Amino acid sequence: MTKMPEIDRDKCDGCGLCIEVCSCHVLVLVDNVVEVKERIGCQQCSKWCTMCEMVCPVGAIQCPFDVITEE
Amino acid sequence: MKGGIEMISSVCSALLGNLEAGIILNDMAVKAESLQSNTYFSGLSPEELVSIQKHIFEKAVTRGEIVIFEGEPARAVYFVISGVVKVFKTSSDGKEQIIYLARPGDSFNDVPVFGEGLSLASAEAMTQVVLYGMEKDDLEASLRELPKLAENILRLLSQRIEQMISLVEDLSFRRVMGRVAKILLENVEDTNGQRHRLTQQDMAAMAGTAREMIGRSLKLLEDEGKVRLERNRVVITDKEALREIAGVGI
Repeated sequence: MTKMPEIDRDKCDGCGLCIEVCSCHVLVLVDNVVEVKERIGCQQCSKWCTMCEMVCPVGAIQCPFDVITEE
Repeated sequence: MKGGIEMISSVCSALLGNLEAGIILNDMAVKAESLQSNTYFSGLSPEELVSIQKHIFEKAVTRGEIVIFEGEPARAVYFVISGVVKVFKTSSDGKEQIIYLARPGDSFNDVPVFGEGLSLASAEAMTQVVLYGMEKDDLEASLRELPKLAENILRLLSQRIEQMISLVEDLSFRRVMGRVAKILLENVEDTNGQRHRLTQQDMAAMAGTAREMIGRSLKLLEDEGKVRLERNRVVITDKEALREIAGVGI
């Protein structure tokens, strides 16, 4: 399954900056909390640009990386 | 009839002119609460805010639009009312260094305006953005009249200097790249397949630097062939070289 940005619903204050900055249009506000559209639709974060994480003023979004060694 | 058409045409031209410039002048729309949320104007009395409001212009900017070009004359300070603005410098070979992100409540282009110089960095809207702006002359006149405004600006410029010194330290000594290399080596998937997932924010906190420096360091490591950046993976392609950069015997 494609990994998606991780959202801490308790931290999210619904400011919407992440939605505006997302070039994949994968985020949406539901009940004033940001949600990944994949759960309600079919769009995917294809770039992992991490801009949503970068602009979030309250640290509610995380785009983690796996660190691996090339085989 | 002809006069009427000319008048309508002239009004339309004027409106289009303002739209093209992205500038909408409307003193009535300038909200005192929006001003007060900015460090510049916090603690000002309602009367003092009214005296400021008349000098403020509003500017709507679309995503991706450049608000300020590095090197152009600095004519106004901008205050972010909504959206996010990226303040950055670009090197001669096209590499970008983000200085900071200006969010609602933040300002940008202040240092060159007070320094009577050219804009030191470019500014680009990362989202739809609404800005308030204040021309240099108006700001200086208000400064002379309002001690609280001068005090606020002094505090803000001090913070800017601290921020820049910290960034200079990081950029000067390649130490962030070394720390990032060490963090990657320490968090690589172990022999049991146990993965440690890291955000750039995590790495910034671990390296004791700004998040902006992490993205730059990872890109530099990729340019040097030490790692490969995939969608949500950092693949170490040259472990020995990474160990050398990290200066550790992991």
